Amino acid sequence: MPPVIDARELTRRFGTFTAVDRISFDVTAGEVFGFLGANGAGKTTAIRMLIGLLQPSGGSAHVAGFDVATQAEQVKRSIGYMSQRFSLYEDLTPRENIRLYGGIYGLTLAQIRERTDAMLQRLGASQIADAPVARLPLGWRQKLALSVALVHEPRIVFLDEPTSGVDPITRRQFWELIYEAASRGTTVLVTTHYMDEAEYCDRISIMVAGRIAAIGAPADLKRDNGVETIDELFVQLARPSNPSSPSRPSSPEHP
Amino acid sequence: MSSSARVSPIPNHDGGNDHDDNGSSRASPPSRVDGVAVHANALEKRFGATVALDHVSVDVRHGELFGFIGPDGGGKTTLFRILVSLLVPDAGSARVLSLDPVRDYRALRKRVGYMAGRFSLYPDLSVAENLTFFASVFGTTIAREYDRIEPIYVQLEPFKDRRAGALSGGMKQKLALCCALVHRPDILFLDEPTTGVDAVSRREFWDLLARLKQQGLTTIVSTPYMDEATRCDRVALMHGGRLIAVDTPADITRAFEWPLFGVRANERYKALLALRRYEHAHSVYPFGDVIHYADDRANQRAAIAADVTAFLKANGFGDASAEPIEPTVEDVFMDRTSADPASRIPDPGHVTTTNAPRH
Repeated sequence: MPPVIDARELTRRFGTFTAVDRISFDVTAGEVFGFLGANGAGKTTAIRMLIGLLQPSGGSAHVAGFDVATQAEQVKRSIGYMSQRFSLYEDLTPRENIRLYGGIYGLTLAQIRERTDAMLQRLGASQIADAPVARLPLGWRQKLALSVALVHEPRIVFLDEPTSGVDPITRRQFWELIYEAASRGTTVLVTTHYMDEAEYCDRISIMVAGRIAAIGAPADLKRDNGVETIDELFVQLARPSNPSSPSRPSSPEHP
Repeated sequence: MSSSARVSPIPNHDGGNDHDDNGSSRASPPSRVDGVAVHANALEKRFGATVALDHVSVDVRHGELFGFIGPDGGGKTTLFRILVSLLVPDAGSARVLSLDPVRDYRALRKRVGYMAGRFSLYPDLSVAENLTFFASVFGTTIAREYDRIEPIYVQLEPFKDRRAGALSGGMKQKLALCCALVHRPDILFLDEPTTGVDAVSRREFWDLLARLKQQGLTTIVSTPYMDEATRCDRVALMHGGRLIAVDTPADITRAFEWPLFGVRANERYKALLALRRYEHAHSVYPFGDVIHYADDRANQRAAIAADVTAFLKANGFGDASAEPIEPTVEDVFMDRTSADPASRIPDPGHVTTTNAPRH
């Protein structure tokens, strides 16, 4: 089976600044892939290219089999997306949000009804289905948002800091939802600043200054780099490029 | 209840004979210039049906690096906004540097440094222009305040001509900190300065706060990242508008009452589900590549570890291991909030914990 994400030398320049610098990686079906990096390392730019919102300056990427440069509309139809900043419409109820997103993605009313019921039941959220989203705790909003992002059964879902600011119990419940989605074959690409969450991914990549500085399974990366935690690896890789630490060694210890 | 406990008079500035409220054996000292920098007494705030702050009482001492730790919607921002005089409480009272944030707000604002949760500098001005602007608003200059801001300013200097809006998340926060310091405040309130900031920049930010502490500055920080608790002298765990613990990080973790084990198994998620079915399981949570398993027995830890390992092996996890570990602040937080309705299905007619509006 071809990879669900296949990026080859993907590049994006803004003027003279190269935000994403020839990154190549692939993600296979059902994989939970952690997309890590320091602020400003190029993660957001890379994701915006992968979801068809930004044209690459060079290289190529295929998502769900479609070329992000020439088939952006097909890409958008094949993916789900949620972030901390934008997830659900707060004035609408969960049920209305599902109907809205289902409609946008061209589901029939019968499909929407059926999936709404299944989703609410799976979340155990039937009793809040008709309360405005604004009145729900953040953790619940984020769990619902993930389900809504999956309503059209996309092959891949992009989650941009989905657990930022969420309480630690709900954060873990959210990851169980991610595992569930992955076990049903959905590919998940997730960004996070919680380094413990990096360990929950099948594989991770760490971007530093526009490039992928490390990629692999967390256990392999830790072993190969002689560190105890991904946090430690992250610091090791991200420090040298951080211009605010001029006293640090300027060449990374690891490629 | 005695009314004097609710609305205590401003203590005399000489701090001399302010007798405590009828000696009701409260351990917290009275709000005096020499001891307590912040005194919050039964603060309450509602936004419509939402209780943002529910009887919050806490003291912060001069020179402390004090953290309010908790997820969004816990009440951190509302508390900070009351303490820096941007919001009036519905009930209760506060003293900051012995000043009443409601009545003495003019005097207080000159002495407080406040960094809001949202990036609130001018994105179209350069780094240097933002700093110059905030200095001039307070009638001073960067040169005059240089000794205070130096450790931060040297990190910003390479970018001084860059537009603030074009800085990375970590640098934006350093600039905001610098602007909050430029009028030489006596106390600093930083509302979630590290939220959304990567792990490396977060560490650097806390290193800066440690340096400010060495200068004697009282600093009050809020954060949703539980691991940052260890950078504070004392912390308050905050959830659903309430303080669920106030202590040093070490004493908070010491209060965790269950034997705790780090469980490792190759099939981590399946092992976690299996452990939840184990009859002595008190709680089972993933923590990175380890499972934190708390047992409900008071036996010897070694005996429990052997039991748990045997259970997992019998359930097909041949490589499983369990060893006693020390709890973290996050373990304590989850244990104290696991029975809380905020992490369960809310009743739509009575939802008590949502975000306070931020402007």
